[in-house]
Amino acid sequence: MSEMINLTIDNVPVSVEKGTTILEAAKKVNVKIPTLCYHQDLCVAGNCRVCVVEQTGSDRLLPSCAMPVSEGMDIQTNSLQVRTARKHVIELLVSEHRADCTRCYKNGKCELQELASEYIIDEEGFIDLLPYKNYTIDHYSPSIIKDDSKCIRCQRCVRTCAELQKIGALTVAYKGKDMKISTFFEKPMFEVVCTNCGQCVNRCPTGALTEKTYIDRVWDVLNDPEIHVVVQTAPAVRVALGEDFGMEPGEIVTGKLAAALRRLGFDSVLDTDFSADLTIIEEGHELLSRLKGALKDKNPNVKLPLTTSCSPGWVKFIEHAFPEYLGNVSTAKSPQQMFGALAKTFYAKKIDVDPSKMVCVSIMPCTAKKYEADRPEMRSSGYKDVDFVLTTRELALMIRQAGIDFSSLPDDDYDSIMGESSGAGVIFGATGGVMEAALRTAYEIVTGREVPFRNLDITPVRGMEGVREAVIKIEGTLPEWNFLEGVELKCCVAHGLSNAKKVMDAVKAGKVNYHFIEIMACPGGCLGGGGQPIPTNEEIRKKRAAAIYREDKNKPIRKSHENPEIIQLYKEFLHEPLSEISHKLLHTHYRRRNRY
Amino acid sequence: MQQKKLKRLDLIFKDENDVADILQKTYSRPIEKVINDLIASGLTGRGGAGFPTGLKWKLTAEAESDEKFVICNADEGEPGTFKDREILTRVPYKVLTGMAVCGKFIGAKQGFIYLRGEYKFLIPQLTVEIEKFHKILDEMGCSFRVEIFKGSGAYICGEESALFESMEGKRGEPRNKPPFPTTYGYKGKPTVINNVETLAHTYSIFKYGPDKFRDLGVQNSPGSKVFSVSGDTPIPGIYELEFGMSLHKFVDDFGDGDSKAVQVGGAAGFCVPRKKFDKITIGYKGKLSGNSLPTGGSMMIFNSSRSMYNVLHNYLDFFVEESCGQCTPCRVGTQQLLLGIEAVKKGEKPSSYLDKLLKLAETMRLTAKCGLGQSVANSFESIVENFREEMIY
Repeated sequence: MSEMINLTIDNVPVSVEKGTTILEAAKKVNVKIPTLCYHQDLCVAGNCRVCVVEQTGSDRLLPSCAMPVSEGMDIQTNSLQVRTARKHVIELLVSEHRADCTRCYKNGKCELQELASEYIIDEEGFIDLLPYKNYTIDHYSPSIIKDDSKCIRCQRCVRTCAELQKIGALTVAYKGKDMKISTFFEKPMFEVVCTNCGQCVNRCPTGALTEKTYIDRVWDVLNDPEIHVVVQTAPAVRVALGEDFGMEPGEIVTGKLAAALRRLGFDSVLDTDFSADLTIIEEGHELLSRLKGALKDKNPNVKLPLTTSCSPGWVKFIEHAFPEYLGNVSTAKSPQQMFGALAKTFYAKKIDVDPSKMVCVSIMPCTAKKYEADRPEMRSSGYKDVDFVLTTRELALMIRQAGIDFSSLPDDDYDSIMGESSGAGVIFGATGGVMEAALRTAYEIVTGREVPFRNLDITPVRGMEGVREAVIKIEGTLPEWNFLEGVELKCCVAHGLSNAKKVMDAVKAGKVNYHFIEIMACPGGCLGGGGQPIPTNEEIRKKRAAAIYREDKNKPIRKSHENPEIIQLYKEFLHEPLSEISHKLLHTHYRRRNRY
Repeated sequence: MQQKKLKRLDLIFKDENDVADILQKTYSRPIEKVINDLIASGLTGRGGAGFPTGLKWKLTAEAESDEKFVICNADEGEPGTFKDREILTRVPYKVLTGMAVCGKFIGAKQGFIYLRGEYKFLIPQLTVEIEKFHKILDEMGCSFRVEIFKGSGAYICGEESALFESMEGKRGEPRNKPPFPTTYGYKGKPTVINNVETLAHTYSIFKYGPDKFRDLGVQNSPGSKVFSVSGDTPIPGIYELEFGMSLHKFVDDFGDGDSKAVQVGGAAGFCVPRKKFDKITIGYKGKLSGNSLPTGGSMMIFNSSRSMYNVLHNYLDFFVEESCGQCTPCRVGTQQLLLGIEAVKKGEKPSSYLDKLLKLAETMRLTAKCGLGQSVANSFESIVENFREEMIY
């Protein structure tokens, strides 16, 4: 047992483990110390100074987030000195911030605004620094808008980008009054290594980093009677959307989601889970064909390990950082883009709508999906396959705008076809989910039997460990697959790009010998995506993940290849996995990008 | 203190070509004795913060680690300070000897001189000195090595933890403390970081013993100090004087007869108006020294032709540029103080706005992350409080 330290906080005695910070100790005695630069997912910066507290006998105030407790400390969190200092700090931040709150996308959701209202920052503040600055807004990225005039230099974004994602697209530039958060050579975000993952957006306390919103464009098409608007919803949205309406993290709102979308006026309410199942079929067969090429045909040109390609942040990352491995990335498009390509071909024909009069909207937990939809490769239907991508947060805003009382909505179902999904499609939303879904199908194709895990739960690939490995021994193969008999399929799952980098470094160094790697750009997978409700932290992500696996468990169909709509799709349209039409609509290619 | 003129000392700059002897002498003694001498001497950091040098070495020696470092802080950036440059020019071997002894004591094999970027002209001669010094060490079978690390010109990198960050190739930004350099310094390893002058003083202490050192100065601030005297003085330059002198005497010696104020300790220091000259002594806080003011050595004298508004404006301009920008009180606070005094001067804000700014300065002192932000209040408060009418009219 580690050493315990005794101290008092606001005269309440508390005993905590050595190394605990004052902030953490205060939480134990239900004392809330305001913070700004602090974020549970990130290393401590201690630079905003909002969380300062007084220690009796010290001639300085202490940053409670950065200061470890020591024996006998007598901490006051609300003394006059603390209040004055804290108010000053908030006033200073407001003075350098474009406090144009009513015109801000984050109005009502801004942490600085909340603090300013608590501490009553009035007209008597300091001199407005904005007229002395020369800010421009970077709105060139299809995913993220960066408005330096609202930045309070807490560096949450910098830390997110540098340590959580190991990208370093955002960094601190200049010093003193000119200090700001910028990019390589101050290029716009879309020209640098930014993967559009939006983890920075999810952690920005103000409106300095926000997703590029397409809400008004979507309202326009919804109100255009000429246009048939199709909507698809990603797996992770249904376990997080409720949070934006005051529900607990981990509440499943699939039925309400479908109902709300219908109320908003979408003409077809469909599900990305369906195309997640489709991705499994295509990617699963791709894996098997590569294994065949490598193990049976001994073809040296076959690239293994195969990596997943559903996460557009990950795809852009590998294009920048490991372009020599682009041949290892599954050519299968992401579920969003498979959906879009089918919506304007198969589905349009099915419901007899002119695809030029169809608009495909997707609701994603992700900001990178906006960029993915904009990729020039994503026009295989002859149109832009997915027209607009909204984040979970944007959808919540639309629902609110429409005056819908979300929490009391009766459950509704998705339309068919392209609305049905298996549990395997659902778990795409969690890290390890694609791996699990693929194994459920691939194992069965090869052996004719279910994957040998109780209730189909492949628990070794689940969890929140940054990098997870699993070995699945293939036994009892069907004759066609006998070259796989006894083969130990080596799988690896990683989430968060810092872990992705670890895995790829290991692959590059020849230290590992995987067959299949699942990588999701965001911590926790899509459920921790940059477009999900704010705040995020490990606890919230775990609750969302638990909900995902609950949803899987409750599904009557648990395996992608048993989804009847998928079976129908192949029968009527695609014919077989990796067919010519599959290749045209459902597969793509990647491009080498620069290193900065 | 009774003599007419302040005693000018010649300890630091005295050319004593006996490096090998001093090293031999200290290395042959039990190392604890050497450190006890250093502690007994009462030597404190000459960069301005005044941390007891012997204690710093001892704490670092006690820290457990496979690797430790000695760093000489030669990032002399405080406005009005130019003494380290002189020390490194005239007696670099004293600094190197101090580093080598420290290395031996704490268990460091590598030393660095973090040299202010603007002092790059010193590198050729310093390199020759270091090579000479290494030869002496080699002859003694000592593998300690010293390297020069060139700074890039940011004032903040004189702050020890920002200096480490800078050496590690990162942005020069102060770290959260604790942990302190004695346990977590350069590359996260226990590190002694001393000012150039501090290290030079250790040489004298090793040579002459702690008592000789203690004979100088006053009880809480023993020893001598190298001052950089500038401003309205007929004799600007570098002077080694005893600690504990009164500012009054100092101005008598160095002023031009019309001294209105002295800025003690540079932009980060305190401004003393004429009426308080006789109440102030120069040294670190302690009961004997009364109203004492510390200084890294910068003494700027202003005569009655100077506008104290301009002086303060100049300092604030400096801080607005040289703040690393990391913490709110310093980054935004400095800008607010500067714009604030401008607004009062122009009549855009009432004179009472100065009181709001004084409170802000106090918040900066209480909450800023490092010494830079904390000490902006020193010059701001002492100038605004003593020369308030100059700020307004």
